[in-house]
Amino acid sequence: NSKMSETLEINELKGLNERLMLEETQERQKETKMEPEASSFPPTFSVSEIKNKQRRHLMFMKLKQEKRKQKMQLKKKKKKEREALGDKAPPKEVPKTIENQRVYDETTVDPEDEEVAFDEGTDEFSAYFNGLTNPQVLITTSDRPRGRTMRFCRQLATVIPNAHVYYRKGLALKRIIPQCVARNFTYLMVVNEDRQVPNGLVLCHLPDGPTAHFKVSNVRLRKEIKRRGKDPTEHSPEVILNNFSTRLGHSIGRLFAALFPQDPQFVGRQVATFHNQRDFIFFRFHRYIFKNEKKVGIQELGPRFTLKLRSLQKGTFDSKFGEYEWVLKRHEMDACRRKFQL
Amino acid sequence: MQHDDVIWDIIGNRQFCSFKVKTKGQNFCRNEFNVTGLCNRSACPLSNSQYATVREEKGQCFLYMKVIERAAFPAKMWEKVKLSRNYERALEQIDENLIYWPRFLRHKCKQRFTKITQYLIRMRRLVLKRQRKLVPLSRKVESREKRKEEKALIAAQLDNAIEKELLERLKQGTYGDIYNFPSHAFDRALEQQDEESESGEEEEEEEDEEDVGKREFVAEDEVDESDLSDFEDMNKLRTSSDEEEQEDSSEEEEEEMQVKRSKGKSPANGAAARKKRAYVEIEYEQETEPAPKSRVTL
Repeated sequence: NSKMSETLEINELKGLNERLMLEETQERQKETKMEPEASSFPPTFSVSEIKNKQRRHLMFMKLKQEKRKQKMQLKKKKKKEREALGDKAPPKEVPKTIENQRVYDETTVDPEDEEVAFDEGTDEFSAYFNGLTNPQVLITTSDRPRGRTMRFCRQLATVIPNAHVYYRKGLALKRIIPQCVARNFTYLMVVNEDRQVPNGLVLCHLPDGPTAHFKVSNVRLRKEIKRRGKDPTEHSPEVILNNFSTRLGHSIGRLFAALFPQDPQFVGRQVATFHNQRDFIFFRFHRYIFKNEKKVGIQELGPRFTLKLRSLQKGTFDSKFGEYEWVLKRHEMDACRRKFQL
Repeated sequence: MQHDDVIWDIIGNRQFCSFKVKTKGQNFCRNEFNVTGLCNRSACPLSNSQYATVREEKGQCFLYMKVIERAAFPAKMWEKVKLSRNYERALEQIDENLIYWPRFLRHKCKQRFTKITQYLIRMRRLVLKRQRKLVPLSRKVESREKRKEEKALIAAQLDNAIEKELLERLKQGTYGDIYNFPSHAFDRALEQQDEESESGEEEEEEEDEEDVGKREFVAEDEVDESDLSDFEDMNKLRTSSDEEEQEDSSEEEEEEMQVKRSKGKSPANGAAARKKRAYVEIEYEQETEPAPKSRVTL
């Protein structure tokens, strides 16, 4: 009997508690009903000061609902005003995007900058851009490459004309480079592998050109691409370089452009795209067809991957004693979401 | 006093030795001064009062010797002799220092010294070779970067960007004369027509003044240029030869494209484009009234 009475008491207490809470919320609701327009929260009130978790949660929910209601009312009002004004309405505001809000980079290149033009006329790519050299690319991997990496290298070799894949027999890069130079290669591409998947790329321009080290991600081999076309032909593709705006971006863009021969064969209708967005460089390889003047259809062939620049070094590959033009410093450069380097 | 046998009896066989490592087949000794590394009666440094080892420190090899006379002075127990860098010379040194010592210890010391020099050589060679650097990945950073990449991909709108760029290049004329879209050619022909007609009118005015009074004999069925008010026909006459060429080239292109194209593409819109021509009206001013036609039927 005593136990039953105890449980009864406990239940009663619980019921009491709930009823109290209900009453409180009802009171507050009444308050809100009495003052529909004014907010029911005095300005000095903060939800975090309530110690009781349930009540605090309830108050927080109510706060959120209030805010949402106000927001909806504001929106409705604005919409009505806009409709009322009709043509005279002020133009819709442009939504803020990261690209809109990008911190202005001082090294952004003007199209007519003479200094930049002079630099580009006399840098390591001038030989290529003046039509003196034809690109010859040597593609290799790190030690003991697995199947996926080798397939990736072979597909890259079909995409880039004049490219050859060689097996890396554990040779040191510093020894490979003079041999390549002797055999008139202009580019050395080393695909680094980690856990059976390519994850890095070292692109070295050969006579004594800059070396760029990228992080490779999201590699899709040909058979993993949906709705793709037939294999690429031997025609040299066109090159599209998008959004390389700063000095650094310019030099990287030229690095990519010099991979492909200067005169593309338009008969082949193939295009290789390097698109820079927020410091990620997306590579795509398409075949295009002009349906009429205003419409073009593109079909993806070939591998796709994204690159992120990790470092740019002045001479040929020399990680210990090389002079680094630019290195990714995560703590400094990734601190601001709206600041980009390329 | 130093009773080696007793010590060995205790630590080797019956009771605990903190340096002993017991494994399935063998017992190892973790004592740093052990010559062989195994737990044996002859190789235990604790149960041998006359003992010698070779140890290396920062690439330098030393011979350590222990004799029973110094067993009471633990601080001075081990005599340390620096061995020469020359391998043969060092072996001779070991022999010199361990002259009259048991054969076992001499042999084992030399063996250990050989092994040490070998691994020192390998270390030096490895440093010169390519060293693989393991870079630790931070999971948070990697997942953040992955997310940023996804967002960047969405923001990039690659297909649109590529298509826009290609159309721009087409407009600028980087492709030259490869692509002949009929509507494009039509517009161009229209512009040409405009120029020609304007220049033609001026010439006509001058010619009219010259030709006043001159007689010309004309056949019945000949069509007067001035009678042609229908613009299309005129265009056909003037540019018929051009259009034939264009049609041929576009047909060839269509065939080519069909060959190169794979499934899923709409046919090249030569025909469709021709239907949706831009139709431009051009007014012609005629100075002279058209001569009245009269047909005489016989």
